[in-house]
Amino acid sequence: MCLAIPGKIIFLDAKKEYATVDYGSGTQRQANITLVDAHLGDYVLVHAGFAIQVIEEREAKETLKLFREMLSFQEEG
Amino acid sequence: MFSLHDKRLADDIISRIKKEDVHLRFMHVCGTHQDTLIKNGLDSVLRTGGITIGQGPGCPVCVTTPREIEEILLLAQKGKTVATFGDMIRVPGITSSLQHLKADGCDVRTVYSIDDAVGLAEKNPSKDVVFMAVGFETTAPTTASVLLRDPPSNFSVLSCHRVIPPALHALLEMGEMKIDGLIEPGHVSTIIGLHPFEFLSSRYHVAQVIAGFEPLDLLMAVWMLVRQVKTGDSRVENEYTRAVKPEGNTKAQQVMEKVFTTADVKWRGFPVLSKSGLLLRKIYEEYDARIKYENDLLELNDKEFSEPVGCLCGEVLRGLISSKECPLFGGECTPDSPVGPCMVSVEGSCTIEYRYAKKK
Repeated sequence: MCLAIPGKIIFLDAKKEYATVDYGSGTQRQANITLVDAHLGDYVLVHAGFAIQVIEEREAKETLKLFREMLSFQEEG
Repeated sequence: MFSLHDKRLADDIISRIKKEDVHLRFMHVCGTHQDTLIKNGLDSVLRTGGITIGQGPGCPVCVTTPREIEEILLLAQKGKTVATFGDMIRVPGITSSLQHLKADGCDVRTVYSIDDAVGLAEKNPSKDVVFMAVGFETTAPTTASVLLRDPPSNFSVLSCHRVIPPALHALLEMGEMKIDGLIEPGHVSTIIGLHPFEFLSSRYHVAQVIAGFEPLDLLMAVWMLVRQVKTGDSRVENEYTRAVKPEGNTKAQQVMEKVFTTADVKWRGFPVLSKSGLLLRKIYEEYDARIKYENDLLELNDKEFSEPVGCLCGEVLRGLISSKECPLFGGECTPDSPVGPCMVSVEGSCTIEYRYAKKK
């Protein structure tokens, strides 16, 4: 139930209430974006048809690096 | 998309955990976490490192009470068009299930989103559409958002929404078992942020880490919990920083605050938990199915509802036993013929255990 899938906003409607979200592998679906401040090109987490959060793209891409840093920090500490 | 795969890093985290030589019991409250743990065999790998992880009441369909199920069954029987998420349709009530009522000719619809249920009401103005709203803080804002946009008057909501922190509080307060750390649910946390969990660490000295849903997320969260325990620390750490901000999603919180008020409600397997349920505020009572159809529901007023005979979903939800320890598991109770909701929902620990045990 709390499953949420990340996808990229590729189209916004004029009222900015709905967006077309691309989940990769050719899957695209409409999502309600009224609960977030999202822009074209943003990555969002979608749950039950609603975007519930904008994903920090930089943070997401650097997660592994961040993990390695935390582990080496603890090693030193 | 943004999936985390690095076997060397995973092996590194596991060997670090093993070196700590600990014997700890952690709990999480999310079916998606359970799915990641069991599907990837992390539960058994971690057990060899002295870490046991159990699933608590983290399945919204599972904690829905027999009374709430009887409410929606009765509304379907009284001619309402009932819409809800797929899992809920199959949960057995005392008298029937929505799936059986559908087979008997009642109007029961499976929807992907509450928006679909509103669309159903718009297209069928002569039908009374009731949406059974199930879910924690991840889902509750979607219900609230719809009610703020003036849905049609033939639409209403049976709110069964619940919030997670009071259930964690109850588990720690009841003290039925030792909990050394909590893996907090990532998507509930995208909405509520870190702060609502903090009182648990200060009051019960329990370590907490908010975690994402990739195998590496969970391994990292376990490592962070182990470190907290080893250093005598107890606080809320955030492993899922790419999606969870300390303050959460304030826009969603405001939407929820406008529409819902907290109420003391029962959870399956638990007593009534203070301020753990979300009911519609009075100004939205025209959309509150319990008020709108009060007369239809009258006959439930004095009734007591118990769990199905022999069902140990309550014990599973409190983390006291694993699914496999229930005598009904895999015999009398299977996904094709479930006795309790933990064997119905894709987030139920019994369904998850059954599904992957069959594949192994």
